[in-house]
Amino acid sequence: MNATVKTDPTAELRNRHRWRPVEALPWLTAFAAFALLPDYAALGTQIIIMIIFALSMDLILGYAGVVSLGHAAYFGAGAYATGMLSALLGWNEPLTGLLAGGLAGGALGLLSGLVLLRYHGLTLLMLTLAFAILLQEAANTAAPVTGGFDGLQGISIDPIFGLFENDLWGHHYYWYSLSILFLVFLVARRIVHSPFGRSLVGVRENVRRMNAIGTPVFGRLVAVYTISAAMAGIAGGLFAQSNAYVTLDVLDFARSGTVLIVLVLGGTGRLYGAFLGGAVYMVLEDELARISPEFWEIGVGLVLIAVVLFFRGGLLGASDALMRLIRGRSPR
Amino acid sequence: MEALISILFDGLAYAMLLFIISVGLSVTMGLMGFVNLAHGAFAMVGGYVLVTLMTGYGLPFVAALVIAPVIVGIGSIPFERFLYAPLYKAGELDQVLLSIGLVFVTIGVVTFIYGPAPPAIPMPEFLTGQVNLGFREVPTYRFFIILIGCVMMAILWFAFERTLLGAKIRAAVDNRRMAQSVGIDVDRLFVLVFAIGSGLAALGGGLAIEIVGMSPTFAIQYLVFFLIVVAVGGLGSMGGAFVAAIVLGVLDTAGKYLWPDGGAFFIYAATVAILLYRPAGLFGRAS
Repeated sequence: MNATVKTDPTAELRNRHRWRPVEALPWLTAFAAFALLPDYAALGTQIIIMIIFALSMDLILGYAGVVSLGHAAYFGAGAYATGMLSALLGWNEPLTGLLAGGLAGGALGLLSGLVLLRYHGLTLLMLTLAFAILLQEAANTAAPVTGGFDGLQGISIDPIFGLFENDLWGHHYYWYSLSILFLVFLVARRIVHSPFGRSLVGVRENVRRMNAIGTPVFGRLVAVYTISAAMAGIAGGLFAQSNAYVTLDVLDFARSGTVLIVLVLGGTGRLYGAFLGGAVYMVLEDELARISPEFWEIGVGLVLIAVVLFFRGGLLGASDALMRLIRGRSPR
Repeated sequence: MEALISILFDGLAYAMLLFIISVGLSVTMGLMGFVNLAHGAFAMVGGYVLVTLMTGYGLPFVAALVIAPVIVGIGSIPFERFLYAPLYKAGELDQVLLSIGLVFVTIGVVTFIYGPAPPAIPMPEFLTGQVNLGFREVPTYRFFIILIGCVMMAILWFAFERTLLGAKIRAAVDNRRMAQSVGIDVDRLFVLVFAIGSGLAALGGGLAIEIVGMSPTFAIQYLVFFLIVVAVGGLGSMGGAFVAAIVLGVLDTAGKYLWPDGGAFFIYAATVAILLYRPAGLFGRAS
């Protein structure tokens, strides 16, 4: 043992939490994208919403290691909460509307998490899957309040701060969404670098040992599940506001699957995977699906198979490996 | 009363379809612990292979129904060896993602070849119309499916419970390492069971064309039902899959007739309730 090693146990965490210059990259990219391609602001907004959704997934999947096939349940809960607040009750203020979306997602996450997280493996997969579909069927059945199959209509959102309307080009909403993403990201980043966040990694890596050293594993899982669900609810709320329309497919199995794919494509357990995965997936979908939908399906399928078999770290993991190769062997 | 019988009958036909497709999934998932979301894709491919055999090669329906599963079963072996086998020991997430990837590719390729519209096949005379069962007339084709389902169940039950191969499979499902150490070639069992499971899925896909309709998205659309049959019945339990398929098939059909708006809700609520109460399924053993 080296006697000069710092013994402060939080030093490592603080070091991880320090901002690095490269972390400005996603935000600079977002500015540059707007400056160069202002016509694509609407797509940009949808990408940002996907990133927020994938970030929420990363907290439970990438950090705590909980695999869910029904994360759209919380996205949809947020979307319907925000949408119904406006369409049914006439509450059109955007920020509080979004807050309601987050609260709805979080409340549902807490209640369902208390039950779901007691299960593991295939049973957990099936329960999350069935829970999301159950919610979708409930929304379908409750047509008088949700609009059912026809979707929830009549959402109108006031200008943000009373100033910025959802303009035809989607410029204001691009900046609005980007600001929300930044706030959500700050929270997520704070969480994963906290002792709480590290204990989640412990749960992911070796749940028996975490139990043995006295970590309240179930409580931690419920806590992170609730936070993650609230973030998904915010993403759903933004989705409802930016489209002024909510349909049953916010709760779809396809959406739960997509967010999983986006995250794994980018790289799990490192937050920035959500950014890279969200952007790459949405842009490719937009471009390839324009050529032909089959082309897109075959492409995304092959990429997914390749990622699972050869690039377990996703795009970020692959770029790490590339950097190491360039720099010679000096990992970390 | 009339309505009740016809619901029961339609429900049973649908249940047999679910059983034929899901039983392979149940055994492969029980045996290999592989969460295979691409099982529905094998069923879908089976349906389209049957369409090609009939419209492209002019085979009669029954012949195509026998040949298509053989083609799909043998064709699935390379997938098992090169894509699935490397992930047997990996986590569920990897397995889920790989099989979703496979589903996407399959849907894309099949749509590219056949287009998104549902295919139509000429049905033989003896399977159309109604058949008199003594107490009432029933649609012949549904009767045919129920018959096949029961015959399949009997054959599978016999193979599973009364043959050496079946004993090996049961041993490997219960305790793979123990089975290996007494000299059972589990790898070869995997290949065989996977091929048979995919073949059965293809048979179900072929039968499904005339009853629920076939399209490339069949691979996803009914996947949740197959998974529910497997999870509710219990992994690796053939009898469990049979019972779960019947319950699900009849309930779903009854729901669609009697309560079109909320029937599906009831199915998923029941699924969640059963899994909460019995995480390993009705007939599964808790591990």
